[in-house]
Amino acid sequence: MKYYTYFPGCSCSSEGGARAYDWSTRAVSKVLDFELKELYDWNCCGSTPSGSVDELGAFCLATRDLALAEKAGLDMVTPCSACYVIFNRTNEYLKQYPRLKEQVDESLAAGELKYNGTVRVRHTLDIIINDIGYEAIKEKVKKPLEGLKIAPYYGCQVVRPGFGFDHPEDPQSLEKLIASIGGEATRFSLKTRCCGGSLIISEEDIALDLTHKLLESASSNGADCIVTVCPLCQTNLDAYQSHVNKKFKTDYRLPVFFFTQLMGLAFGIPENELGIKKGIVSAKKVLAKYV
Amino acid sequence: MAAETKTGTFVDEICTIPGGESIKLCIQCGTCTASCPNANKMDHTPSELIAMARAGMKKEVLSSNAMWYCLSCYMCTVRCPRGIHQTSLMHAFESLSIKEGLVHTKTVTPTMYRLFNHFCNLGVLPELWFMTRFYLATNPLRAWRMIPTAFALLKHGRLSIRSRKLSPSGSSQLKAILKKSESLGGGI
Repeated sequence: MKYYTYFPGCSCSSEGGARAYDWSTRAVSKVLDFELKELYDWNCCGSTPSGSVDELGAFCLATRDLALAEKAGLDMVTPCSACYVIFNRTNEYLKQYPRLKEQVDESLAAGELKYNGTVRVRHTLDIIINDIGYEAIKEKVKKPLEGLKIAPYYGCQVVRPGFGFDHPEDPQSLEKLIASIGGEATRFSLKTRCCGGSLIISEEDIALDLTHKLLESASSNGADCIVTVCPLCQTNLDAYQSHVNKKFKTDYRLPVFFFTQLMGLAFGIPENELGIKKGIVSAKKVLAKYV
Repeated sequence: MAAETKTGTFVDEICTIPGGESIKLCIQCGTCTASCPNANKMDHTPSELIAMARAGMKKEVLSSNAMWYCLSCYMCTVRCPRGIHQTSLMHAFESLSIKEGLVHTKTVTPTMYRLFNHFCNLGVLPELWFMTRFYLATNPLRAWRMIPTAFALLKHGRLSIRSRKLSPSGSSQLKAILKKSESLGGGI
């Protein structure tokens, strides 16, 4: 049994829009024999926007979580690519910039906290492929996703600016993971291109252009569905797919899954425990053979 | 001479921001611009913005719309042959632009970021209330147009009216930390 501190982040919390990612991550962890212990009383990591308006405040937000996690002495795992970048960047910057560290330390002291910089922060995909491994995953497969053509979408922040476990522009871990659960990874040349991120809220037209390109690339390579590792990418590709169809007069109907949901299906976990029906684009037709 | 002093001041200011010091390494190769998915939407490309900052054009840089179209996809950062933290520079331009009151008026992204930060500082981002407040503040008509999407998300159990809360002690701890950070130069 492997143990980790778990940081779901706002989107994957029980009130968040990507709770299906949280459910499926926890369901898969039981099968693969690793335990996720949720960080008590965590706060929002600040994501990218906080750092753009209040840099010091944003580092303090992230460091409070790291300080709380440090007490357990375990690696901290998050399923959210944005949280993953924020925490790793915070760790890196606190080491690199002594003046910043001083200010953050002083702020944290006002809350009677201290952070020594020892928490290693990892993405769920990283621990699943590296700590558990493809062979162990293969052994647990009961219903291989044979014939399912899956576009492996990484998005940006799980691989960039790059905290270590895969190539920043041509990663391979999702392809190998898809193969290990019996599915077929399609070619997907835009697999690490941006989905539009949070600009979907403030500059929808600009973000939809980017989302459209991804859907076009996935679809033209024959994908039945797309698999993601990030709550925001999933939302943009899924909840805004109808906006793309309207704007570009297209007719995409590509269900967008979290990788843990597809793993869960292959492990024979019932679809309601994986939140499959939380997808806005229905997965019924695509998954008819597998659920 | 006056121009030199001005140049020094703005670049020095950028260099005090973590990641900002790398601006001095730029060779104007344009790799960042060529890699940026939104460069075509910007009034100045990422590499232009660096050149302008180094020429001391503080007002022009901070009132540009360019950084507000940055997606934080980090493609420029991983490709830069000089190891410049281009994305961090964009973030630095954003926060300086707010501090100096030079925010580009035609984009609502700064409003979105500030509102996002407001909720983060309370400990949690409540997606429904964040979106509702943002649309009502910037474009009520869009709030109206978003109703079908919001309804679909609610129907699929993906939007909560109730939002997660920190414990009372966690909440006051976070408040104390942020108050201190504000006294040290943080805050908006």
